[in-house]
Amino acid sequence: MIKALNIAKSYRMGKAKLEVLRGVNFAVEKGQFAAIVGASGSGKSTLLHILGALDQPDSGVVYFENEPLNQFKRSRLNRYRNKTVGFVFQFYHLLDELTVLENVLAPAMASVGTIGWIRVKNKMTRRAKGLLEQFGLSERLVHKPYELSGGERQRTALARALINEPALLLADEPTGNLDSKTGHGILEVLSSLNRQGQTIIMVTHDERIAAGANRTIRLVDGKAVG
Amino acid sequence: MPLIPMVKWLLAWRYFLKRPISYLAVAAVSMCVFIVIVVMTVMSGLVREFKAKNHAFVGDCVIETDSLVGFGYYEEFLSRLQEQSFVEAVSPVAKGIGMAVIPQITGEQNIGIEINGIDPAAHSRTTNFASILHYTKNNVERVFSPSYDPELAGCVVGVDVIPYRRQADGSYYYWQQPVPVQIVVSSFPLNLKGGLLRSLDLVSTKTFYYSDDVHSGLVRVDGNAVFIPLEQAQVLFGMDTPFARISAIHIRFKEGTPVPIGTARVRALWQAHVQSCKGRPGADLLDGVRVQTWQENRRSIIAPMEKEETMMTMLFLMLGVITVFIIFVVLYMIVAHKSKDIGILKSIGLNMADILMIFLVFSVFIGSIGSLVGSVGGAVFLYNINDIEDWLYAHYHWQLWNREVYAIGDIPNQLQPELILSVFGAAIAACVVGALVPGVRAARMKPVQSLQVNQL
Repeated sequence: MIKALNIAKSYRMGKAKLEVLRGVNFAVEKGQFAAIVGASGSGKSTLLHILGALDQPDSGVVYFENEPLNQFKRSRLNRYRNKTVGFVFQFYHLLDELTVLENVLAPAMASVGTIGWIRVKNKMTRRAKGLLEQFGLSERLVHKPYELSGGERQRTALARALINEPALLLADEPTGNLDSKTGHGILEVLSSLNRQGQTIIMVTHDERIAAGANRTIRLVDGKAVG
Repeated sequence: MPLIPMVKWLLAWRYFLKRPISYLAVAAVSMCVFIVIVVMTVMSGLVREFKAKNHAFVGDCVIETDSLVGFGYYEEFLSRLQEQSFVEAVSPVAKGIGMAVIPQITGEQNIGIEINGIDPAAHSRTTNFASILHYTKNNVERVFSPSYDPELAGCVVGVDVIPYRRQADGSYYYWQQPVPVQIVVSSFPLNLKGGLLRSLDLVSTKTFYYSDDVHSGLVRVDGNAVFIPLEQAQVLFGMDTPFARISAIHIRFKEGTPVPIGTARVRALWQAHVQSCKGRPGADLLDGVRVQTWQENRRSIIAPMEKEETMMTMLFLMLGVITVFIIFVVLYMIVAHKSKDIGILKSIGLNMADILMIFLVFSVFIGSIGSLVGSVGGAVFLYNINDIEDWLYAHYHWQLWNREVYAIGDIPNQLQPELILSVFGAAIAACVVGALVPGVRAARMKPVQSLQVNQL
């Protein structure tokens, strides 16, 4: 489904050049739940951002369904981020001005114009409510993110990532900001989604969390192993 | 591609509602709009009123010479004008400068005056002369017959010519009937060459009796003008010999005749008339005569006020620049506060134009709500401006314009829809301009960098 070919990325730290990724190669097939594991600063999040077209590699190519992302026009990249991938971040990254339901609906709103939204609003609202109910948030629809617990926020972020039925779910340390019980709850949700056929790539530094995935890719010295 | 994703409207509206700084921006815009609407309404009202008074006072078109000698051969031209289908009325006027002494009021002290010799009936048909009279408004034929003794030679004076009548609130003291006041008028009779007509008795002097006032609202007229019968003015100025002369012909066009077109036709007639008079004695006096629209004729009086209005407009353009700066600062701060949101929005697929649009829509909300509040506030204030001024005068003796100095009645407060619409549009445009730079900055943010910024 998605393939990384010789991905390299470096950052400038003053005069020094920090090479984070030095030719990463791996592929994830449809239906897999892959965990990218590495030490802090090993470039896990950078790699995930490159896979999700939020960042660009210095060199190398990411292929999605055999199409190179670096050949995508800007509009196609926006569509890729909107429809094809769903992001879950460590710090949830919900919009404080919107309610839980509106946050979940935001990607759906972004994919259609105002007129189009009037047409699909009922359908998408039903789907958003269904997801929130599935994640135990049906009582929280009109709450603001800052009124939720960490676990609830992450489940809201997960519902948002899934609203447009993306082919690929990218999760960046989804349990990193949660206590272990809540983190396990999130991991169970991800496993359950994977069992239903959702392809997931999850970044984590925690081997125990990575054990929940059915494949582990290790980042060692800027290269992928496994 | 979606043109206007719903999330943009929603976010722009929520940013507007949830950020206290938005309310400050709305307050700033509304204050700017309020000030612009109030001052421009009053200012343009004053200019409009001033122009209308000038128009009414001189008619639509004026044939005039600056020469104190005047010009002759006017009777036949008056007849020709009266035959024209587009001409409603004409009025010959003999104008000159002179001195007046009002012995019963100012003793021997003389004042400089502008003497206007008119046919009151013709002048009233051509200008607003009858309507600015006080006592003989409805009987203009008798305007030069003092009610206390119709046999005496009457004259009409500008309402400020007889001093001490203007009161602090701007109104005038009027007697129940004109009082028997002598006004001794002197002028210099000139021959055709502009020399003094009589070598021994250099000055023509005639005593008139106060019969009425004119209150035109024009400072020069109300403060200096004296109206007397045309024939007597001609004698005073020496315009009765060797042939009758006048200084001006005022013309009123028929309803529906555009002033420039009517004036052009009069000009053509005048040129033909000048040609037909060539070779006759004193015909060279016709060469210095101008045919002008009322606006051209009163340009030197109107222009300073128009310049003031233009100056005001320029000052308010600067106010617009301040509005732009306020919005710029507000939006810049919001963009700084909302960096993370921008990253989130890009991660869910919004493009640069969408992000820019959020901040532009946000600025439109500020602009339109600010303009609405400012316009309504301005309209309410203008509606009550005269009551407010009256109240301030009654309690604190404060007036916006001292009525003892300025010939202003009520403060003009008639709202101009086009002014409100243009201020409304300009305020929104200023907000959009102010939002452009911060909006573009937000749109150009890289999603990864934005997401790594902690929200302030």
